Amino acid sequence: MFEDLNDLYQQVILDHCKQPRNFHELPSANRSAQGRNPVCGDQLKLFLVLDGDTLRDISFTGSGCCISKASASLLTEHLKGKTRADAEKTFAQVHELVTTGQSAGDVGKLAVFAGVHKYPARVKCAILAWHALMGALKGDAEPVTTESEQD
Amino acid sequence: MSSSPDWLALRKDFPILDQKVHGRPLVYLDNAATSQKPRAVIEALVRYYERDNANVHRGLHELSNRATNHFEAARARAAKFINAPSADEIIFTRGTTEGINLVAQTWGMKHLKPGDVILLTEMEHHSNMVPWQMIAERTGARVAYLPVTGDDGLLDLSQLDSLLTPQVKMLALVHISNSMGTVNPVEALCARARKKGITTLVDGAQSAGHLPVDVQAIGCDFFVFSGHKICGPTGIGILWGRQEILNSLPPYQGGGEMILTVGYDRAEFKQSPQRFEAGTPDISGPIGLHAAMDYLDAIGRDKIWKHDQELAGYAYEKLSAFKGIRLFGPKQDRAGLVSFLLQDVHAHDVVTLADRAGVALRGGHHCTQPLMHKLGVESTARASFYFYNTRAEVDVFIEVIGEIRKFFGQ
Repeated sequence: MFEDLNDLYQQVILDHCKQPRNFHELPSANRSAQGRNPVCGDQLKLFLVLDGDTLRDISFTGSGCCISKASASLLTEHLKGKTRADAEKTFAQVHELVTTGQSAGDVGKLAVFAGVHKYPARVKCAILAWHALMGALKGDAEPVTTESEQD
Repeated sequence: MSSSPDWLALRKDFPILDQKVHGRPLVYLDNAATSQKPRAVIEALVRYYERDNANVHRGLHELSNRATNHFEAARARAAKFINAPSADEIIFTRGTTEGINLVAQTWGMKHLKPGDVILLTEMEHHSNMVPWQMIAERTGARVAYLPVTGDDGLLDLSQLDSLLTPQVKMLALVHISNSMGTVNPVEALCARARKKGITTLVDGAQSAGHLPVDVQAIGCDFFVFSGHKICGPTGIGILWGRQEILNSLPPYQGGGEMILTVGYDRAEFKQSPQRFEAGTPDISGPIGLHAAMDYLDAIGRDKIWKHDQELAGYAYEKLSAFKGIRLFGPKQDRAGLVSFLLQDVHAHDVVTLADRAGVALRGGHHCTQPLMHKLGVESTARASFYFYNTRAEVDVFIEVIGEIRKFFGQ
């Protein structure tokens, strides 16, 4: 019945949604930020161990739909051990990917989110963890919301 | 009484229902958010704009007379719709939300003092919570809540005595819960409040178009509802209030139409309803709503209620058979909606998938975020029914939910 939804719910996404990676608090974290999606009430918290410019460790907790959970899970996998500059560049790429379906450069497994752009209501779900990441890197005290995100 | 209406024939009055969505016949089960509009309502709007459009009141020409007559006829029709004693007690608003804000800001500013209590219930829609929080902030009053027992979505009436303290000045509660489907005992609660001199407001957003409403039998002081949930247009709603209370309140907004005389320093205001209707109003809205009220009462809201309840009861029973499903709201005497969560599947994923199968549901906190938090969930998925829905559509809905469970490996 849902064959045409495979572009949104790709196997990798279903897998990460059912078994999210790095899904726990991080006691040694020196940065953290909350992401909230006020439309659906979803929220997640991202934890970072930032060692100089390196994201030594990264994890998340919270609740959300399949897309937002898988997005957070893949984010943690993708960025562990990378630098702040890598993270910022990937944010821009993912943002472009989920809003247009394309991105400049190789984003690895994150490419599974290309189908999200066809579901405008779900763009916020896919980008929530990434906004939280930027908040954590900036050291934002206030929760980050997706409210300003254009559908 | 007369026999059961021909529901399938009535369904044909709704042009929008005859379409495919993502290649499948539309099954519209988001009626608690907004209802669809019958041709009679759409035609009333077209007729008004094609023949009678003019500004109301004060006009001395034919079109203005006609527009004014239609506008005021809608007011009288609304009074009859809820058995209000007088059309002067009917105020046109933008909807339920504006009706509650109007009462909070006028009645609240006049009557609330520091230490006073506004008693709400834990199942209120944000529209019957936030306006009171805002007025509490300004007046020094505080908001208290009659608890909900749990997933069954019932009010814990054992707490009522201890909560009805002498400080309570307002009891505002929802007639039918939009997220749980609970039908609250508003008559009994308003009677208890009245004995203690507490003013009452009933939020009828989910009830007015679904069952017969008699504000005098309910015994409340204010009753509010929206047009768009009862087959009328968006942007129009009704606030009913007791005349003696309405005329004792300060105006809501200032402007044209609500004044007797205006000087450079001050103005004198008209009585209700004009007192609360500053500026050129929504004119087509009441006219469309008039057609909607005629349409519903030609069917009979007692019959609509029975049909709603049958569909919701059937859906509830079928959903109960799914392993791991969590159902919300009362098992018996529920209104025409079901709220649920599939194990380990987020409500938004359910709604996205259902949409692909042509089934329009809603997922989220349903503007009852505090209640969701209390129940330990972020959201639920909801199917809400109206008289044009059929048992066959419930079967499609159930089949689709079964497929969604399979999709997520259940």
